[in-house]
Amino acid sequence: MKHKLLCVAIAAALIPAAPAVLAQAKPAAMKLSDNMVKIGVLTDMSGVYSDLGGQGAVTAVQMAIDDFKAQYKPKFKIEMVYADHQNKADVGSNKAREWYDTQGVDMVTDLLNSGVALAVAKVTQEKKRVVMVVGAGSTRLTDQDCTPNTVHYAYDTYSLANVAGKAIVKNGGDTWFFLTADYAFGQSLEKDTSDVVKANGGKVLGSVRHPLNASDFSSYLLQAQASKAKIIGLANAGGDTINAIKAASEFGITKTQHLAGLLMFITDIHALGLQTTQGMLLTSGFYWDKDDATRKFAKRYFDKTKRMPTMVQAGDYSAVTTYLKAVVAAGTDDAAAVMKKMKETPINDFFAKNGTIRVDGRMIHDMYLMQVKKPSESKYPWDYYDIKSVVPGNEAYQPLSVSHCSLVKK
Amino acid sequence: MGQLMLGLVNGSFYAVLSLGLAVIFGMLNIINFAHGALYMMGAFLAWMGLEYLGIGYWQALVLAPLTVGVFGIVIERTMLQWLYKLDHLYGLLLTFGLALVIEGLFTNGYGVSGQPYSIPAELSGGFNLGFMFLPHYRGWVILASLAVCFGTWFGIEKTRLGAYLRAATENPKLTQAFGINVPLMVMLTYGFGAALAGFAGVLAAPVIQVSPLMGSHLIITVFAVVVIGGMGSILGSILTGLGLGVIEGITNLLYPAASATVVFVIMAIVLLVRPAGLFGKEQ
Repeated sequence: MKHKLLCVAIAAALIPAAPAVLAQAKPAAMKLSDNMVKIGVLTDMSGVYSDLGGQGAVTAVQMAIDDFKAQYKPKFKIEMVYADHQNKADVGSNKAREWYDTQGVDMVTDLLNSGVALAVAKVTQEKKRVVMVVGAGSTRLTDQDCTPNTVHYAYDTYSLANVAGKAIVKNGGDTWFFLTADYAFGQSLEKDTSDVVKANGGKVLGSVRHPLNASDFSSYLLQAQASKAKIIGLANAGGDTINAIKAASEFGITKTQHLAGLLMFITDIHALGLQTTQGMLLTSGFYWDKDDATRKFAKRYFDKTKRMPTMVQAGDYSAVTTYLKAVVAAGTDDAAAVMKKMKETPINDFFAKNGTIRVDGRMIHDMYLMQVKKPSESKYPWDYYDIKSVVPGNEAYQPLSVSHCSLVKK
Repeated sequence: MGQLMLGLVNGSFYAVLSLGLAVIFGMLNIINFAHGALYMMGAFLAWMGLEYLGIGYWQALVLAPLTVGVFGIVIERTMLQWLYKLDHLYGLLLTFGLALVIEGLFTNGYGVSGQPYSIPAELSGGFNLGFMFLPHYRGWVILASLAVCFGTWFGIEKTRLGAYLRAATENPKLTQAFGINVPLMVMLTYGFGAALAGFAGVLAAPVIQVSPLMGSHLIITVFAVVVIGGMGSILGSILTGLGLGVIEGITNLLYPAASATVVFVIMAIVLLVRPAGLFGKEQ
């Protein structure tokens, strides 16, 4: 009772102050550090994940900034810097620290590797800026390692497991063996998928962990074959997934067992060709050919890069736009105020319909279960997916009730 | 048993690649860091040939190494030849820089996801060996690499041309005095080493994704193979390549997490016990 009284008293004291705060928020009185908003794109420029983000991410962020300037005509400058995190946590966190300390960077985005993203999230919290992770997948970012300064935007390993994993088990794929990339992302994906498989009545027969950038997958696949599991779950990404699928079809493993690429990007499908990938089920948060809005963005992006945008590149565009809108609405680039604004405001653009950023930093939006088309069904370049079902955000992502995030009040 | 067989396949790649390195180092004293990039070029040329000119696998197996060899000769004539008298480091830095430039150009043009290159129709399918399913193509890789390795060893150690070559590296001035064109020999040697890398690239194209990064993933391991075998030792690099492939295969089975490091652990041990490598001669 005493607490309640206190709360009411504080609230009463704050109410008169509120209009004053709002008045200050008018564009004329933007409170910006160094009168500029600076966005840092930290990505893999030349390594195994550079096709998912990389130069394409830089292009997408630049498009977002240009479009924002054209549409909202902000009175402040918006700049972008970018750097290569080389998939190394120390390189990434040092770069972020340098940006925050000496270059006045307000927000860092992309981050294609979970190890890097976790390290950068820590630095960001310490320096009180904002990090919007788009490329990395580990749920730890918004679960046990959540911070008040992190937004996790496009997807996470839980949603990958929960959408495609569940669909595969329900279609009869009830025994699994995992090929796992041996670092934060792969382990997260394996764990989340195992949980989904078991929860839906399936069994996990074993797993083998391979180093990132393994050149040859045949020996791991032989172990997977020996397990006699119906489904070989590929808990890896990029070039590793591609080489694993290639080796599996060479060794005839795909005749008796099915592969489940748990994180496949459209660039992977493009690299492998439909002949090898047809029929595979996968999860994505974005498909360029979904509707007119996505096609419009994709066409503009394609004109610049000669490739269709991946979920990460489209997500970068959306995340940066969301951030810039929040800066204008909050009237400041102060991280706490911008985070508060982002968490209050629903996101509606070509990437997300009624997306919301949850208290733990997770951006909740619809996810799609895709099936890769047969070569005969593909009518034009990059016509690769059928959308089998749309899974609403609140079903796709980990519910807050089981969260380990310290920001979630239980 | 199956894992041993697979190890042998990977070992074949190591053998052909480290053989090229050993030939170049043994004859030219150049630590050729561009080797991975040349290997990647071989694979890419095979893919480009098919994609743009309709050249099939078998023709590519001859044409791509030739093109890479010519490319190597151009590098040797325009850049490397000025470095022989200097310290190893200069050659290493130059070739390392070249590797970065070549890989950067391909990454810019084609991205890192890679290009699909399928197994030639004649070699699709596989044998059922009882203990494992061996794709025909992997069997072919073992045979082709062994043949090339043996041919190279024979050519250098047992023929007249090989004798000239060895003489030219041992004492270039004296050899020249006998009327042998030493710069020509050296040029051809580098071209041949480069062609070997290109050959390995074409062999690898159907097995792993043709990507600008395929060389840099492999080159460090291959260098370890050369060091273990003994820098410049031809037989050493062949045997060590095959042996390490097998050891890696076994590690994959017993303790996969160590498969990326096992080669380097062995390298450290060998360097401690026999600093010149298993087959190298102490100087």
